[in-house]
Amino acid sequence: MKLLPVSIAIFIFSTVLFAADDTNATEKITDVEAIVNKANIVAYYQGNNGKAKVKMTITDKKGQARIREFIILRKDIKDGGDQMYYVYFLKPADIRKMVFMVHKHTDINKDDDRWLYLPGLDLVRRIAASDKRTSFVGSDFLYEDVSGRNLTEDLHELVETTDKYFVVKSVPKKPDTVEFSYFDVWIDRRTFVPMKMNFYDKKEKLYRVIESQKIEIIEAGQGDKVQKFPTVVKSVVSDLNTGSKTEMEFFNVKYDIALKDIFTERYLRRPPKEARR
Amino acid sequence: MIFCKPLPLKIAIFVVVLSPGVMAQEEAENDLSLLFSNMDVHGFYEMRSGWRSRKDEYEKDMSIMEQRLQIDVSSYLDWADFKVKGDIIGDMIDEQADFDLREAYIFTSPYDFMDLKIGRQVLTWGTGDLVFINDLFSKDWQSFFIGRDSEYLKAPSDAAKISLFSDIANLDIVYTPQFDSDRFISGERISYWNSNLGRIAGRDAIQHTDKPDRWLRDDEIAVRLYKNINNYEYALYSYHGYWKSPGGQNVAATRAIFPDLNVYGGSVRGNVGKGVGNLEFGYYESDDDQSGENGRINNSELRFLVGFTQEIGKDFTAGLQYYVEHMLDYSQHKNSSPSGLTRDRDRHLITVRLTKLLMNQNLRCSLFTYFSPSDKDVYMRPNINYKVNDNLAVEAGANIFFGDYPSTFFGQFQNDTNIYTALRYSF
Repeated sequence: MKLLPVSIAIFIFSTVLFAADDTNATEKITDVEAIVNKANIVAYYQGNNGKAKVKMTITDKKGQARIREFIILRKDIKDGGDQMYYVYFLKPADIRKMVFMVHKHTDINKDDDRWLYLPGLDLVRRIAASDKRTSFVGSDFLYEDVSGRNLTEDLHELVETTDKYFVVKSVPKKPDTVEFSYFDVWIDRRTFVPMKMNFYDKKEKLYRVIESQKIEIIEAGQGDKVQKFPTVVKSVVSDLNTGSKTEMEFFNVKYDIALKDIFTERYLRRPPKEARR
Repeated sequence: MIFCKPLPLKIAIFVVVLSPGVMAQEEAENDLSLLFSNMDVHGFYEMRSGWRSRKDEYEKDMSIMEQRLQIDVSSYLDWADFKVKGDIIGDMIDEQADFDLREAYIFTSPYDFMDLKIGRQVLTWGTGDLVFINDLFSKDWQSFFIGRDSEYLKAPSDAAKISLFSDIANLDIVYTPQFDSDRFISGERISYWNSNLGRIAGRDAIQHTDKPDRWLRDDEIAVRLYKNINNYEYALYSYHGYWKSPGGQNVAATRAIFPDLNVYGGSVRGNVGKGVGNLEFGYYESDDDQSGENGRINNSELRFLVGFTQEIGKDFTAGLQYYVEHMLDYSQHKNSSPSGLTRDRDRHLITVRLTKLLMNQNLRCSLFTYFSPSDKDVYMRPNINYKVNDNLAVEAGANIFFGDYPSTFFGQFQNDTNIYTALRYSF
């Protein structure tokens, strides 16, 4: 029976392939593009859609804290590609029920579409914001930290592979469009969650650090189709220049929920129940 | 001035009418307890004071001096949302207490393709920034000019809004059974050009009006047909009602009137280059004076707006708009005008908005300027708002008017120039 070894080989090969899909066995990836792509999917594209309640605590150098609380809904058009975000604010009181919506485009020549809904005026405002490196709701997180920096904007280099991490250095292709000269990312080799990001200024001095402080495995789907998504549920960004830091915590994280197309003007004016309850 | 009509009763009637079938008493009690447990109460307390910077012999020296408590109560059941929002105002200029019911509505989606909002509500559409063509919902110009929060530029309407959604296009229909006028400049708080007297007037000549007020007969209907194509927002509009601020005088010239008005228009808005651009136009058909021969009634007009907004620096945004009002039967109107017409055929207006955020976006500095090269007048709205913490905000600003002539749109308010400060605690 000469055929048997071949079929065994196929069996083993397909098992390996299957296992490669499992997050536990992906250590074989060494190509830097594959690493940053996978980390990008893990950080920003888990499931086809997602929902979470987010609490941001912004603490300035004097220790005064400000709180932002919102529900965030996300839907992917394509993994690693365009996405839609819907942010419904709960706190502070003066911006309660305000809605911020983004249609994110990964095409580098196309700016994101952004809307703001002001409930007191029933006003749908279109926001002109081409600079993605501005603060998100006054926190130390930037728009780009929240919705992801376009991978094609940087050159990526795998500088080190430790027991636990891939360390990737990313250098912007257009340095004059950003305030940093490069950043290093520590990507967990097992989960591909970016665990730490260090940003260096134009003088190559470390000035900004983002850390993933708490990871949880969130399950989605039912029965045989249960998927496990490693998820950052607490991250902290520190601005070493200003002494300010922002802690971002995620609660009630859910993936692959039954979500209609709520990323339209209709739902800006009347937030859907997914955003409010 | 009490703006409160017996609306809660109407809402109650709507609720009863709209309730699916006759509910068993138990079910009703259940709903009531749910309504209370889902209830959410918020609001703010505010103190605001302002002074005139120029002596105005027809108005009080203080332009604004009030305390305001806004209470916002919302709740929901499976089939509907409910909201009531009202302001209790201690007004030390009018020396009286007021209650201004801003919102009191029920919202429901009876079908996937339909939304309904019935009751007192604030309504806005169109693309202009503090310039309105197809948005003919009530404005409160008095609040705007004396330095209240910009939220108060929008006065509420007692209306039913029906929204229908489809892949082809979406349709909004707003029916207002009884005409809701603007809270216009009457002379009470803001002095204005009185063409009958041929001079600036104020509290000495408060404008009295003949307002259409017959329920279901003196009504308004506003329609918007809109569609988003590749994130360019296209809309067509139509309005049948009345000039929202007085647009004429009765024959004896004793009262201001609100002549019939129909408006047809369109708009588009979307990303242009590195910013957002918008275009909007409207044809204002002054239905009581189609030929333009009645000098006591507003002429028909074409209105056109083009705007562009862009981020020009970190947390620094600039917006520019050009707007024109073109009178359609100018010569007839001019010849028949009793007091002789002072305005040009075209009124050109340029607006510039500059907004800069500082101190982690807790400090907002903004300047909105209207400038009319044809009227030769200017209206500037500088404002600084600082969020002391998550609840407390302090604010200072001004409304500055100047112009070459006392009768132009902004020039007439020269003596109303004011500065104000405010403190607001939100909860």
